[in-house]
Amino acid sequence: METSKLTINRIKEYLSQGKRFDGRKPEEFREIFIEKNISKKAEGSVRVKIGKTEVLVGIKLDVGEPYPDSKDKGNLITSAELLPLSSERFELGPPKIDAIELGRIIDRGVRESKFIDFEKLCIKEGEKVWTVYIDIYSINDDGNLLDAAGIGAIVALKNAKMPKYDEKEETVLFDEKTNTSVPLSDNIPFSITIRKIGNKFLVDPTIEEEDAEETRITMGVSKGDIMSSMQKGKETSLTIEQVSEALDLAEKAWKTNWPKIEKFLK
Amino acid sequence: MAKEFKRLDGRKVNEIREMEAKVGIVPNADGSAMFRFGDTIAIAAVYGPKEMHPQHSQDPSTGVLRCTYNMLSFSVSERIRPGPSRRSSEISKITEWALKPIIDIEQFPGTVVDVHIQIVQADASTRCAGINAAALALAHAGIPMRDLVSSISIGKLDKQLVVDVNKLEEDWEEGEGATDIPFAFTSQGNEVSLMQLDGKISMKEYKEAVKLAHEAIKKVYEVQKKALKDSIKDIGGED
Amino acid sequence: MTTENNESRKIVIPGEIIVSGEDYLPGEGTEKKGKNIVAARYGLAEESNRLVKVIALSGAYFPRGGNVVIGKVENITFNGWIINIGSAANAFLSVSEYPRYVRSDEIEEVMSIGDMIVAKVLGARRKSIDLTVKSRGLGKLTDGMIIEINSNKVPRVIGKSGSMVNIIKEETGCNITVGQNGLIWLKGNSIEEELLAKKAIQFIIDRATTSGLTEKIQEWFKKEKKQIKKEKGDEE
Repeated sequence: METSKLTINRIKEYLSQGKRFDGRKPEEFREIFIEKNISKKAEGSVRVKIGKTEVLVGIKLDVGEPYPDSKDKGNLITSAELLPLSSERFELGPPKIDAIELGRIIDRGVRESKFIDFEKLCIKEGEKVWTVYIDIYSINDDGNLLDAAGIGAIVALKNAKMPKYDEKEETVLFDEKTNTSVPLSDNIPFSITIRKIGNKFLVDPTIEEEDAEETRITMGVSKGDIMSSMQKGKETSLTIEQVSEALDLAEKAWKTNWPKIEKFLK
Repeated sequence: MAKEFKRLDGRKVNEIREMEAKVGIVPNADGSAMFRFGDTIAIAAVYGPKEMHPQHSQDPSTGVLRCTYNMLSFSVSERIRPGPSRRSSEISKITEWALKPIIDIEQFPGTVVDVHIQIVQADASTRCAGINAAALALAHAGIPMRDLVSSISIGKLDKQLVVDVNKLEEDWEEGEGATDIPFAFTSQGNEVSLMQLDGKISMKEYKEAVKLAHEAIKKVYEVQKKALKDSIKDIGGED
Repeated sequence: MTTENNESRKIVIPGEIIVSGEDYLPGEGTEKKGKNIVAARYGLAEESNRLVKVIALSGAYFPRGGNVVIGKVENITFNGWIINIGSAANAFLSVSEYPRYVRSDEIEEVMSIGDMIVAKVLGARRKSIDLTVKSRGLGKLTDGMIIEINSNKVPRVIGKSGSMVNIIKEETGCNITVGQNGLIWLKGNSIEEELLAKKAIQFIIDRATTSGLTEKIQEWFKKEKKQIKKEKGDEE
């Protein structure tokens, strides 16, 4: 059942004292568990758990034509599905706005940070380029699917290997992987979503905290304080001071939580 | 005397790949499970009985079992575009039919029991893994059931019948090629609840295949049973 | 399958033979097949005085007459409230089951959409569940917080004749109402008290099938309170 108003009031009350139900600080993520290569047929794949929230992210690559306005660059296509399997709140059917937005937010984070070196994905200018597919699936929603998906995308990309491309036959030999990684830069976007509950900010909400949130801002943050993507979601507005506060928390959250996932990105 | 048929991965003709099963993998669900045949991994989650929407789909005389089978885009070599396909719709329906005989939800009219199956990694026999995971998830969800359902694929590679087909065998091209014959049985009742066939086989050979499958699912059942029994450690009495 | 004190239990799966013998009776979750009592669902098989039943360990909540439940007002009709209690169908609370007379234009004022209430199940027929709030202790909930657990774990949280929940009440000073549908209302003098009760409940459901829980929970409270005292001391 959706979190009751009673509990939401309690969450706000406790937050006004600077405290969260599970004792975490506002900048702290729950325990992060990452398992690489969970689907052998994918070029790269990962299971990410933050607390009880779980997502699976897979990378597939294929060769095709470039877009006319980027003839020497590879392509990126990101999709997300909020599977009914993962929550009683998700229905059967085509992706609704929540899933569409999630996919686009993660895409923006990866794309704008220039994490992927698109020029190196060009095989023959104007004719053949690699397309990178990032596919995100929710497996259990206990809050913060957004950041779990973001972490999944970067770890899966980092650990993906290019399939073999037969230039003569112009086909991809999917079952023959090379030892070549996807061409990436060191500008790794760490997805951090700041949540506003009452007048307080926090990261990585449980599902109850997420039910209490009034607005959220997802940022792709790399190297501590560089942002290349941002999206504010939900209705409530922020004051200018609150924007500053949110950014400060994002920096703090990066410092606190980046070390937990860094080792998977070596 | 015919020499022992050599399978590509070294298995004997009636040998099943390594199996693994676990329940409770999706905390939010009423019941959930994972089932694996070798490199084929299926997960299933059950929600229900719950009110069915839209209302006009409700059956006033009984609860409805609704299965959806899908493959993750990256579960196969060539990426599958996300979303349902005709193939996944058909497999969803036959999965429902395979499980229906053992479920007793007449006592919950107007409700639906949703079974969501996702294939995480595919190496053939995915519908069988899906059915095995689904049966476990339904039991784990406490749905009134009179038995479990166990599923396995039989293959005919040229003229040789084998148990539990993998992808390489599915693509067998020698002689008569590959014939794919998935089955599902009610685990203790020995009733067939799923039969499909793709390829070429004589009636006589098919009867052999049924026997092989019937024998093989006993091993599948043991794995499913263990997953349910192991789900709770440490059973004590009252305080 | 029974021990001397009639309390041996085992996990059974659908279709499994629990006991064999003419004088056993098939209780809830079981079926009689010839001489055998067979499990008709997955759960914990229990036998007592020849009656065999399978207790659910997991799965959805099925309301029974007499159950105290906690639910959320989902909608308002001309003569009552539609309440979500987490079961397959929504429940209905008629104005006639409210302790005082409610005019139809007052209905929303008395209880509005989103409010949480404690109610008793009057009857659960095939497609409709009727509730009442006429007895003491029932009605709209104000203040406190609600947590949700699997309904099958409720008997463990309550304990024999309320023994377990009483320990939690004593140790935390909280008012606690446990709904049979798995929703629990906690109200203490401070949020800390409520969170301690929440933690205690989680401790119990993590060990729902083990024995000696009464001692374990008392031990646990001792440790927790020591820890809290220590942390408070560090803070000051």
